Formats: sequence, C-alpha cells, structure tokens
Amino acid sequence: MPNLSERKIPVPEQNPDERKKNFSEVTLGYTPEMAQKEAERCLNCKTMPCMSGCPVNVKIPEFIQKIKEQDYEKAYAIIHQSSSLPAVCGRVCPQEKQCESQCVRGKKGDSVSIGRLERFVADWHMENCHFPVKKPEFNGHRVAIVGGGPAGLTCAGDLAKRGYAVTIFEAFHVAGGVLMYGIPEFRLPKEIVQKEIDHLKLLGVEIMTNMVIGKVFSIDELMEQGFEAVFVGSGAGLPRFMGIEGESLVGVCSANEYLTRINLMKSYQEGYDTPVLSSESVAVCGGGNVAMDAARSAVRMGAKKVYIIYRRSENEMPARKEEVRHAQEEGVQFLTLQNPVKILGDENDRVRALVCQKMELGEPDISGRRKPVPIPDSCYELPVDTVIMAIGTSPNPLLRKTTEGLETNQKGCLIVDESMMTTKQGVYAGGDAVTGAATVIMAMGAGKSAAQSIDEYIQQKRTKQEE
Amino acid sequence: MFRIIRKKKLNASVTLMEFDAPFIAAKVKAGQFVIFRVDEQGERVPLTVADSDPERGTITLIFQVVGQSTMKLNALEEGDSITDLAGPLGMPTKLPEQAKKICIIGGGVGCAIAYPQAKSCFLQGMETDVIAGFRSKEIVILEEEFRKNCHELIICTDDGSYGKKGFVTDALKERIEQGNQYDAVIAIGPVPMMKFVCEVTKPYAIPTIVSLNPIMVDGTGMCGCCRVTVGGKIRYACVEGPDFDGHQVDFNELMHRNGTFHQREAECRLLAQADQL
Repeated sequence: MPNLSERKIPVPEQNPDERKKNFSEVTLGYTPEMAQKEAERCLNCKTMPCMSGCPVNVKIPEFIQKIKEQDYEKAYAIIHQSSSLPAVCGRVCPQEKQCESQCVRGKKGDSVSIGRLERFVADWHMENCHFPVKKPEFNGHRVAIVGGGPAGLTCAGDLAKRGYAVTIFEAFHVAGGVLMYGIPEFRLPKEIVQKEIDHLKLLGVEIMTNMVIGKVFSIDELMEQGFEAVFVGSGAGLPRFMGIEGESLVGVCSANEYLTRINLMKSYQEGYDTPVLSSESVAVCGGGNVAMDAARSAVRMGAKKVYIIYRRSENEMPARKEEVRHAQEEGVQFLTLQNPVKILGDENDRVRALVCQKMELGEPDISGRRKPVPIPDSCYELPVDTVIMAIGTSPNPLLRKTTEGLETNQKGCLIVDESMMTTKQGVYAGGDAVTGAATVIMAMGAGKSAAQSIDEYIQQKRTKQEE
Repeated sequence: MFRIIRKKKLNASVTLMEFDAPFIAAKVKAGQFVIFRVDEQGERVPLTVADSDPERGTITLIFQVVGQSTMKLNALEEGDSITDLAGPLGMPTKLPEQAKKICIIGGGVGCAIAYPQAKSCFLQGMETDVIAGFRSKEIVILEEEFRKNCHELIICTDDGSYGKKGFVTDALKERIEQGNQYDAVIAIGPVPMMKFVCEVTKPYAIPTIVSLNPIMVDGTGMCGCCRVTVGGKIRYACVEGPDFDGHQVDFNELMHRNGTFHQREAECRLLAQADQL
C-alpha cells in the first residue's frame, strides 16, 4: 500500500540536552519498520527525476523498491553499483539540494527521505552482511591515487573493482581525508568511515600513509615507479582568514585546525595527547556546514556560549537546513546580518572580544544572493575568548609547485578537461583540488568519472601497444 | 612503523635518535622537517631533521624533552618503533645566490638544526663560521660534529663555564666588527635569540635566515595553525617555511602564539614528575 502522507517519517534523534554533552551520533537512523513506511511514499516515477539530482546517479527508485520488498541486501547492491561509500553519503550528502529536491512528492509536502533510506540500507548491510569480499583478478595495470579522501577513495574503489592494482598515497596517518579530520563524530562516526576504507582494502587497494606526494615522491617519480596513471584528489588546502586586525591573537584558529584537533587527533577523548583550546565563549565566523560543525563541536567541548556570525541572513546560509536546526536546538546562537571587523586581545594577547558590525541586505550580487551592506555606526563588542574562522580554503600549493606541467587556474585549482585529465598526460584530478571547497558527494562524483576515464586511457594505451 | 636504529643522550635533557626512514632520507635537505607521532594516542609533532644518511636510509632527530610527546619519545629505546614519521616537509633552506661566506648561529637545542646547515654549507665549499651558544658547559652538544664541518667554531656559554662568556649576539657582533663580511647569517634557536640576532645583522644589511618553530597540527598546509606574520602578511611555516627572512618576521607575535598551550604543557610535566616519584 502506498503511503500517501505528505510528511516524511521522522527519524529518531538524540535529545538536544543529552547530545550537547557527548560526541555520539545525533541522528539514530530508521528502524526497518520506519524505512518500510517511508519507502512506501516513493511513487516509483518512470522518469526517475531524483536520479538526475544525484552526482553519482544512484538508481534511487530501484533501491527503494527493494526496501519495500524487504530485500535490503539487494537494495544495498543497487546503491553500491553507483556509490562506493553509501553509509557516508546517506549521512552527509545535501540531499535537499540534490535527489530530494527533484522528488515529485516534494511538490506537495515533503519529498521522500532518500538520504535516510540510503543510510538505513547501508547500516543494515554493515550490521548483517559478512560475506567474504572477492578480490578482483589483477588486470596487469597499476594506478596511483594521491590523497585518501572521498574523491580518492571512490576512484580507488572503482578502479580496484575493474582489476587495477591501486595504491593510495595518504599524507596523514590515516586515510579518509575530510571524512576523518573534518566532519565530526556526532555527524559521521569514524568507525563507519574506517569500515568503508577496510572494505576497499579487501578489494586489494593498498594504502600508504604518511606519504606527502610532491615531497617524498614527485608525480613524475610515481610514473617512473610503474604507475600508468595518477589520480590527484589532494583536497582543499590552506584555510582563509578575513584579513582583519587581531587574527594572530591566541584564541583565533581556523575551523580546519579546531576540527582536526578534535576529530583526527581525538583531543575530546581521554588519553589522547593533542590539546585543543578550552573555551567559555566562542564565535564561529561563517555560515556553511563547516561553521556548523565547529560550533556544535564547541558546544560539546563545554563552551557556555557559542555564536555563529554570518553577514547575510539565515535564508542565504549555505549550510544544510538540518545542520542549522541541529545547531539551534543545541543552543548555538545565530547572529546573522553581522560582520566581524576586528578581534580584540587582552594584555596577554589572548582574545577577549570580537567587534561586529551590523549589516542589511542590499541588491543581489553575482551569486544571485542579496549583498550585505554595512549599517554605519553599528559596531559593538561581543565578549568571547575564542574566534574560529570558517570562511573557506584555498587550494594546497604543494603539488603544483613540485610538478612540472600541472597547470592551475588563477585561484590555484588544478585545470582538468572533460575526462578529468589535468594538463599533464596520464594525470587526472578531481574533488576540492579542482573545484575549490565543495561537497563530499561532488568529490565522489569526480573520483568516479576519473576512474572511468583512467580505465579508458589505459585500455586504449594497451590496444595501441598490441597493434 | 619507524624503527629507532640508534639512541644517544647528548646532555641531561637532549636526546639524539636515528630512525629507519629510507623514503625521507633519500629526499630530505637542510632546513626541512618531519612530523612524528609516537603512538596511536600521540600528537603530531614537527621536528627539523638534524642529519640524514641516504645510503643507510636513516634520518636523525635531536630533541629536547619538554612536554608529553618528547617525554614519550625519550622513553623509547633502540629497536623500538614509533607509529608515524611523515616528510620531508617544508622548503629546503635557500641561501642568497653566490653566497661565499656564511655565519651559522645555533642556540641550545637549536644547534641540532644549525648542524645540518653548517654541514651543507661546508660541503658546498662555502667559508662557514659557526657560533654555538649554550647556558653552560654541561649542555654543550655536537661540538665534534661542528668542528668537522666548519672553518671557525665559536662556542659561547652564558656563565662562561666553557668557550667565550656571553651571548651569541656578542660573538656575532665581534666577528662582524673584526671585518668578517658575511653574505648571509642563519640563526636557529629560541625565538628571543633569533630576534636579537636579527637586530644585530639589520644595521649591516646582512641577509638573515631564521628557522621558525610555530605550533603545527597537520604540517602539510591544511590547518593554518602555523601561520606567522612576515613582512606584514600571513605566511604558513609548514608549506612556505619554516625558513623566513628574519628581518621581516614578527617575533613577538610568534612568542605569544607559541604560548597557546603553555599551561597544559606545564601540567604534563608535573604529572610526569609525579609519576617518577
């Protein structure tokens, strides 16, 4: 029986007062009964509009049909054909801007909760299926992947399934990239990321950690070592600061630093050595998902007051709606239409306040969003001891500086053609290194197309050699 | 895992360790650093490489025991391993082109990093003077190594218990006033020492390179923790440094920022002392 309710089945969540004190996952996920009921809301449209909204083209109506039939393993197999990291995507994709935005049910009421269903299937699989993974037969070709984040992991998975011997060169001590250092435990448990990575290892993917390519080996040296193609998924780089007075005071850091200390280095856990700022009152500058992650982490680290400072209004915020709601429920205060202009320090050069100027919305700018305009004489001091900058990153200069023939645009992003090949023969790239800061799923989409192109490139090369 | 091949105590609080790390050994140049992590709970700590042997595939680190991580590292013995060693990171030291005469200044444990600089300049055939400063005789390190890799070695101690009495800045000033024309000075040591060396060389317009030691987390250009102000601009020591033009560096800011976790470091030391009792 189709479920004609206009509202999607709510998903159980940890109570805000409870979850403020822990790093456990906030959203608990559907039970099989809830998943069934939600799946029944899908009308199985012939035109499959949802699929067109998915950067990796998951066959959405097909997997939802299998949930209706309670064949969860088949549902998983369908998702897995297109997505190598279903448990991750089900949690962190901005579905409301992608698949769910295209859903017919969304025209009147809520769209089908595709993300939650994807997560349900992935979690069910992890819990219940322990089949031995069959390592594909080696096809005689080797590919190197630079960077073990979402783009690199996806590219590695797709190539390994096609029989390539794949080696991931990861700069940090663990693979996972932003999934490990950036996105907090309460939104994406690291155990889940690790399981997805372990799955790749079973497919034969080799992961070498502590390998900073461009330093320890150049890309040319990788080619000399017998890798026939290289995929660069080195991610975003240096954090941006605002260029305002006081950004070097003790107590100012980038969201990348704050989140890395907490997520990758686990400074929130007893027994880990990495310190993190202990704060009473925190201002997070920015309105994206990273800003929400930093603010919600600060709440959990024990800060009494946490503010989001954003120069436009809440409507223009790039963060997912769900993240904004979660942050508000957890007590984060949103100071919108305000712009940080100066950070003030005490006699020991430690942050004591953030000076903010109030703004109003003017004419739309190039991004189509209404441009914030400062209101004269509206500056005031917000007493805080920590300021976290979450205003984006610029690409890491490491590879372009050390690789001849690898060209970048004015912003420093790697230039690629439609096949994802860079300006250097046999070297492909995707993810934030190409686009600048974007989403996990966009990076995965890029990794996937690059894998397809690398396969074609190597097969063509082989055919030519055989002729 | 990275195995400790050799361990040697250089003085009461400074230890030398040689690690099996062939990939890094093959590439590292004077001025570059590595990030180490002792164990799964450890922090990522940057240390400039003191020496390397590409043939044996080893690198040498020399460290002062100051906090949790260096205490943990110091507790390991030959044959033990640490979980992580990433590098070489940062840019190699770049001397002014056609530099012929160089003065290298090391302060305390900073001599561990001044040493590869001396060795590199000396092997390139430059006239290499070294001024090495210590608090007192007991903590003098690397004297033999320096002697083999420079033309003139001046050791200074604050209390006069060995070598010349006084600070490295006094010795440097004397050398300059005696008519030694240096094409560049490299200063490596505590931040105040580097700051004062720069004040000495500035009136003479001698290019002065300093190796900065800001706090780092990832060390690969991702977190921005190591930002320093050089010539009024934000620069990232991990990818653009750690060497910078000393005359442009805001040393006071660096000193403040390096104190971010002082309280926690002091607590760690107290806890460790309590453990030993």
